[in-house]
Amino acid sequence: MKTFVSQFLDAAKKITRDLRHRGLIQTALGKYEVQRDRRKAAFQDYQAARQAAAEAKYEAINHLDEHLESLVSKLEARGTKVHWASTGEQARDIILGIVREKKARSIIKSKAMTAEEIHLNDALEKSGFEVVESDLGEYIVQLRKEAPYHIVFPAMHLTRGEISDLFQKELGSAPTDNPEELTMIARRALRQKYVTADIGITGGNFAVAETGMISITENEGNARLTGALPKTLITLLGIEKVIPRLEDLALFLPLLATAGAGQAITCYNSMYGGPRQPGECDGPEEYHVVLLDHGRTQLLADPEQRDALHCIRCGACLNVCPIYRNVGGHTYGTTYSGPIGSVITPHLRGLQDWKHLSSASSLCGACTEACPVKIDLHHHLLQNRRNAAAEKGWWLERLAYKIFSFVVTRPALYRIAKKVGFMFQPLHRFVKGTALDPARAWTATRDVPQLAPQSFKEYWKRRRKK
Amino acid sequence: MRITLFVPCFVDALYPRVGISAVQVLERLGHTVECPEEVACCGQPAFNSGYWPEARAVAQPALERLRLAEAVVVASGSCGAMLKVFYPQLFHGTPWEEAARELSAKTWEFSDFLVSKLGVTDVGARFSGKVTFHDGCHGLRELGAKQPPRQLLAKVKGLELVEMAAAETCCGFGGTFAAKFPMISTAMGEVKCASAKDTGADYIVSNDSSCLMQIAGLLSRQGEPIKTLHIAEVLAQQ
Repeated sequence: MKTFVSQFLDAAKKITRDLRHRGLIQTALGKYEVQRDRRKAAFQDYQAARQAAAEAKYEAINHLDEHLESLVSKLEARGTKVHWASTGEQARDIILGIVREKKARSIIKSKAMTAEEIHLNDALEKSGFEVVESDLGEYIVQLRKEAPYHIVFPAMHLTRGEISDLFQKELGSAPTDNPEELTMIARRALRQKYVTADIGITGGNFAVAETGMISITENEGNARLTGALPKTLITLLGIEKVIPRLEDLALFLPLLATAGAGQAITCYNSMYGGPRQPGECDGPEEYHVVLLDHGRTQLLADPEQRDALHCIRCGACLNVCPIYRNVGGHTYGTTYSGPIGSVITPHLRGLQDWKHLSSASSLCGACTEACPVKIDLHHHLLQNRRNAAAEKGWWLERLAYKIFSFVVTRPALYRIAKKVGFMFQPLHRFVKGTALDPARAWTATRDVPQLAPQSFKEYWKRRRKK
Repeated sequence: MRITLFVPCFVDALYPRVGISAVQVLERLGHTVECPEEVACCGQPAFNSGYWPEARAVAQPALERLRLAEAVVVASGSCGAMLKVFYPQLFHGTPWEEAARELSAKTWEFSDFLVSKLGVTDVGARFSGKVTFHDGCHGLRELGAKQPPRQLLAKVKGLELVEMAAAETCCGFGGTFAAKFPMISTAMGEVKCASAKDTGADYIVSNDSSCLMQIAGLLSRQGEPIKTLHIAEVLAQQ
């Protein structure tokens, strides 16, 4: 079996050669940047908003236990059944248990990265249940049997033509490259599913501790239908989604929309507090909330990187990341891609298996600058590298640094090393680009700079002697 | 003022002209410059790769020597950030933590030093050509020095400054990243070079020679005529 790192390298090699794909992503995210900047300008003080959001999340995560207790007690008071899942497997079993008990025939689902994280659809389908994704982008990637390409824009890597081809093949529709027609094709297929589904499954964007409510924000109204029509509703969300107060939403909803999609506010905003209450005419008869840990408390125990739990899954760090923009979402091989994925995946799935993602960064810091809740993303990548090397480094790399430090801290030896390098430099052209070339990783695409005949230190020494 | 100029290892060996130019500019402004022979590297390669004990083996002698200085000027945003931002982290919890903090407070990247510390924007330079400026990520985001190099270039006689769309986008160098993930590093560099070429500039100028090594390496391979220069080289010309 291929290791995760070799899978990543192979995929990166392949996709960086695909100029069409790279162009598509650069163009899409370039447009996003323009929209985002327009919306940022509408804030009286965007940086102050980021700071306020970071502080609210800091409070939420540092008192997670109290906020969760408050959230759960309020939800339960309205008749919601709350389940705690330490692992992905537990969460799957809880949801499967509900689905089996209800003897469900079909399940409609709105977008939830936590469900991707625990491979919920796989588990449901293997147990014989039909699950249909109702978010348009998610529906498209589901038809393609693919993972979402991006936390927020799951099908951003596809052109209208590719989506039309897919719909022709899977839904038997007529070819079109009109986005509205394509949406209508999906809508016709999906509306039937809403009506027949016995169970709705959603994720959650925020969980308000103060009032015991789950906030779901979306652009298509599909999550609202998923929550409104089926008799049983299940919400799966990570425990870090808690925010302390209802009024915090006034900050978080526009911030999420701006940072994530360059919108002033997302089109549909719903709050779920429990099943249908006496006297109410609609809503699910049963409401289940599954709270997922799956490694989050382990991250909470890390004082350096705890702030990674502030993440509101807006995808802003992916959008600005020059690595993401060149290798795309599928290359990572993880549920959460881009900078936030590279930071948290080693915590959620093992440092040694996933440390390469922390190394696959130039540490440029564009992610940290973009993060609306001020997670210190690129410095966390550096900490992951340190932890990985301290736990189990590569002996050859360590030896190379030991030799380097031995040489550069001894001026006479360093001087000789530079001289020797300068003497042997002309020989490089004989091996350049071949398997013998020690600088092959560089020289395959780039010319190498030449060692100067007189280094700066030599110049300085001579000048002082004069 | 007595200035201790730190010329990073790769600048020393590959781009001595950058160090010489920095000395010229500082001396022209009436300052005394010293360049300690025994300080060669800041230790960033090992630090960024996660090998912190190995990084400390390089950084500690540098720290011991540089802490004695009145002001430390670094001819690279990246190595400047290493001294200013990352030494306090690298030496956190060691007997050298205090020294690292002291050094941090008096360390400056070259262009930031001229503008923010000395209050100089016009160094009396003359340079004819159309120039686009590349923000090295460390100078831009770790040191927050977006304006100083632009303020300096704006005062250079004969120089026309044109901004590229992707001025703040990483060039893809990233130290050992460039060798560990050459395909990603190259793709990033291609985006950078394309944006620079779009401006029609004759020169790409930066305050980081490491970025310029990446950019020049790609441009030269592509046979592009656009040249790269460190900002000190521009400011030294009269």
